[in-house]
Amino acid sequence: MKLRNYILRRLLLLIPVILGVLVLVFIISYVIPADPARAWAGPKARPEQVEALRERYHLNDPVYLQIYYYLKSLILHFDLGVSATSGRPVLTDLKAFFPATFELAFFAFVLAIVIGIPLGVVSALRRNKPTDHFSRVVALTGVSTPLFWSALLMQFFFYYKLRWVPAFGRSVVEINRYTGFILLDSVLNWNWSAFGDAATRLILPAVTLAFYTMGYLVRITRGSMLEVLESEYVVTAKAKGLPARIVIYRHALKNAIIPPITVLGVTFGWLLGGTVLLETIFSWPGMGRYAAGSIVQVDLPAMVGFTLVAATVMILSNLVVDIFYSIIDPRVRVGGKTR
Amino acid sequence: MRLPEGFLFTSRYRILKRRLHPITKEFGLTLYVLRKSTLAVIGALLVGMFLFLAIFGSRVAPYDPYEVKIKERFIPPSKAHWFGTDKMGRDVLSRMLFGARYSIRAGLIVLVIAVPIGVLLGGIAGLFGGWRDEVIMRFTDVFLAFPSLILAMSFSAALGPSLFNAMIALSIVWWPMYTRLIRGQALSVRETDYVEAARSRGAGNWYLVRRHILPNCLSPILVTLTLDMGWIITATAALSFLGFGAQPPLPEWGRMVSDGRIYLMQAWWVSVFPGLGIAMTVLGFNLLGDGIRDALDPKLRRITEVKWKQRTFS
Repeated sequence: MKLRNYILRRLLLLIPVILGVLVLVFIISYVIPADPARAWAGPKARPEQVEALRERYHLNDPVYLQIYYYLKSLILHFDLGVSATSGRPVLTDLKAFFPATFELAFFAFVLAIVIGIPLGVVSALRRNKPTDHFSRVVALTGVSTPLFWSALLMQFFFYYKLRWVPAFGRSVVEINRYTGFILLDSVLNWNWSAFGDAATRLILPAVTLAFYTMGYLVRITRGSMLEVLESEYVVTAKAKGLPARIVIYRHALKNAIIPPITVLGVTFGWLLGGTVLLETIFSWPGMGRYAAGSIVQVDLPAMVGFTLVAATVMILSNLVVDIFYSIIDPRVRVGGKTR
Repeated sequence: MRLPEGFLFTSRYRILKRRLHPITKEFGLTLYVLRKSTLAVIGALLVGMFLFLAIFGSRVAPYDPYEVKIKERFIPPSKAHWFGTDKMGRDVLSRMLFGARYSIRAGLIVLVIAVPIGVLLGGIAGLFGGWRDEVIMRFTDVFLAFPSLILAMSFSAALGPSLFNAMIALSIVWWPMYTRLIRGQALSVRETDYVEAARSRGAGNWYLVRRHILPNCLSPILVTLTLDMGWIITATAALSFLGFGAQPPLPEWGRMVSDGRIYLMQAWWVSVFPGLGIAMTVLGFNLLGDGIRDALDPKLRRITEVKWKQRTFS
């Protein structure tokens, strides 16, 4: 089948990009003026200890050898190395932190889609009416407000002032961790108080992130819907006397939805990056905070591991969008020419 | 027969004027369309105010932004201190007035570095295609595969955290977006009939770039530039907020938000006002960018052109 070939080809193309990402990260780490080994060993370390660390992480070797060693252990043993600061394998760390970030980004993503796309559509349908003005103001505020500032405001109002929801950390209720996704785990445990706790802690960061992303989606949806509404086939459909409902859902929406979907892939990858700020502010134990910490402490293996995961997620989400895109739009059949 | 000096001058001037006429005419129309949109005017006013503060802010500031007065710490907003004072008794308003210039400088420097790189690489990739396109775009893909904030953080950490290095880091992160934009634009212009016609007349690559590709890329670039000023200002502030940009006691707005963060409960004004400043500035650039986009949109433009002509020529 053509689709399968296309996916395979895209997955193969992932390899050079990942390689490029690796090279880039190693080059960055190479130009860092600070001596990583000295930073890891701590201020009281003896020179032999620093030297041992340097030996262990191949810091004395040139960059291309470092990349070679890294790739060798990655491919042969699926080993991402050991974090220089936490002392645990990077893979273990990432496995522990990834679900938290994914949970946050996923709910923000869903919330942004569920609210943003309909709002954009309604805004276009009621062009220049109060509804339109309202949704445009919401969208513009969302896009213009710096994420870290809106997060602080949310904390201030809904936690400090109103005391409605907790503002720091992830759920602490002890449950069996099957998947690492707390909401899912608490359902699997049939533990509803844990579910409630996890959900209330998720609300503030997820809403903040969703608000930011939503603005972007509203603007794109509105623009593309307006364009489609002016097109000839919509005018024809209206002129034929088709009910408004059918014109909107059958004719207009189907075509107007394509541009917002194309940006979704970028948006999701971008959400994963944007969580750095939110995780820092909301003390959310996720990958973003891990990455920020590892950058501060020049923890090379952790940095490289994180970037690999982030880049892979970013590329995969773009791939998913491209596939989805071809399902909706028959003109863009992937994997070859249509005729 | 010798012609008088003035004759030559006038004729040259006339030729120049006639040549420039399409541009000046279009520019006048653009300004008119912009002025007709309330939101674009609000955006322009916000941007104008912000530029004014960036240039003259330090002169109108009522207090010294660096002077520490521990006794006057955390004074709530009052007549003497409109935006209150921070943990060291420094006037928040004065610090913000001094800080406006850092944001605008960051935006300009990043654009000045990133846009030429993006235009050059995107232009080469889009115009020549083939292996050059492949190499440039794969290289660009690598940069785009990173979450941009994380990449900027790594570069800033590698260079040593400071406001200037944060700007350099953001420039390194920003150029791929322009490369993509310009490449797409060049590709679509390359396929048009008028480029085909020029080519069949024997026009060279350089002529095509000068007469067709660049003018057609100009309006999307202009819109992106305006919207991106807002993005870059936010990104710089975010880097500073995380500690990868401006270092204390520099009154950069993102840094000020981060400094006030732990005192949010007892002194909300320390964080809230600088953040509001960033939000308003970004809002201004967004409104103006949207306005410019609408003004350059051929469809909307022709509708307004009729009104414009009626106004000018009646």
